[in-house]
Amino acid sequence: MLDEQLKSDLQKRGIFVTSFEDLYNWGRRSSLWPLQFGLACCAIEMIAAAAARFDMARFGAEVFRPSPRQADLMIIAGTVTKKMAPLVVRLYNQMPEPKYVIAMGACAISGGPFKEGYNVLKGIDRYIPVDVAIPGCPPRPEALLEGLIKLQKKIDKQTLFGPNQARHADRSDAADYPVPAYGAHDLEPPMNPAVFRPEPVEREE
Amino acid sequence: MINEVLARIQSGLPGACVELVNNPSPSGQHSLLVNPKDALAVAGFLRDDPELLFDFASNVSGVDWPPKKVKETIVRKETVDGAEKEIKETVERDVPGCLEVVYHLYSVARKTGPLTLRMRTADRGSNVALPSLTPVWKSADFQEREVYDLFGIRFEGHPDLRRILMWDEYADHPMRKDYVAPDDFEYEPTPHDEILERVKARAATPGEDA
Repeated sequence: MLDEQLKSDLQKRGIFVTSFEDLYNWGRRSSLWPLQFGLACCAIEMIAAAAARFDMARFGAEVFRPSPRQADLMIIAGTVTKKMAPLVVRLYNQMPEPKYVIAMGACAISGGPFKEGYNVLKGIDRYIPVDVAIPGCPPRPEALLEGLIKLQKKIDKQTLFGPNQARHADRSDAADYPVPAYGAHDLEPPMNPAVFRPEPVEREE
Repeated sequence: MINEVLARIQSGLPGACVELVNNPSPSGQHSLLVNPKDALAVAGFLRDDPELLFDFASNVSGVDWPPKKVKETIVRKETVDGAEKEIKETVERDVPGCLEVVYHLYSVARKTGPLTLRMRTADRGSNVALPSLTPVWKSADFQEREVYDLFGIRFEGHPDLRRILMWDEYADHPMRKDYVAPDDFEYEPTPHDEILERVKARAATPGEDA
């Protein structure tokens, strides 16, 4: 690892030294192309974040791609109904690695106000891994930008080798995530145990 | 208004089985309960009669009436020891359940409405077919599909009766009172009542919720 102090001293003398990993992560985090889809009202805030006033282009994430094959980032913007969930998982599978997921808003995180309903998935983290969760109903565009910056910081810390190895660099975990099937009473399976590991809730009696 | 409509139906369609359902609340939104076998004729009459012209079905919804017990107090007079006494008796009566579909009709031409039209199925089990009124009012199409999806009322004569909100493989009718949702949520931070009971039951059998 390059010594940070030495790096900054050299930079002051006009010499730019970096590692391949830094350069690679800088490139990836500065061009996070989101998949262009919205599921509910959060999508309106996502559109506002991308438009001129909030201008997501400042963070390199303005290139919304209509095809999952060209996207790096999936912003789950809105309520994921059980009818929609298999399609979201399939779109995620179709995205090439490295790929990231932002769960935007209460519904995408947990089902939100519809949690006790029969038709809404209680959080997309039941089927696909979520990198950043943005609370709010809906979150303001600033919150989405904050989540994006958080994701960029996360990408910056990822390494190609070693303990903090990025998922895409680990070829042993390259399989698709199973797409749930429409069952007679619920989605089957109701969640993917390999992905969904909620922390146990501690309760006082 | 509703009494004039009822009188008009009875004079125009003698023999049609239509009865007035009174609403005792201050809003007084009375409605017409139509026998399913006369429904198409009554609906066509409501739409086409020049005095009525109910040309627009704005809303179609379902109601589930589960079977219930009703307590009734009966007062009868008896002569005991030569003196007449009033004896009150409470009788429990079983009211069978049914499914109901409610149409709200407006007349755009005559600026009247809403007229509430109801139909009831024979029971909540296998006899849940009702005539579709989509041939009379096209706007009932999607809404009858929704009622079919969520309540399970089969509309006979509907041009395209499929589920509209849930997926085709789905077997339940979630708006029925006896629907039980899949138990698949980790619980809210401050559970109470029924949810609290489920939290406790789940805490007693650890390892099942992950």
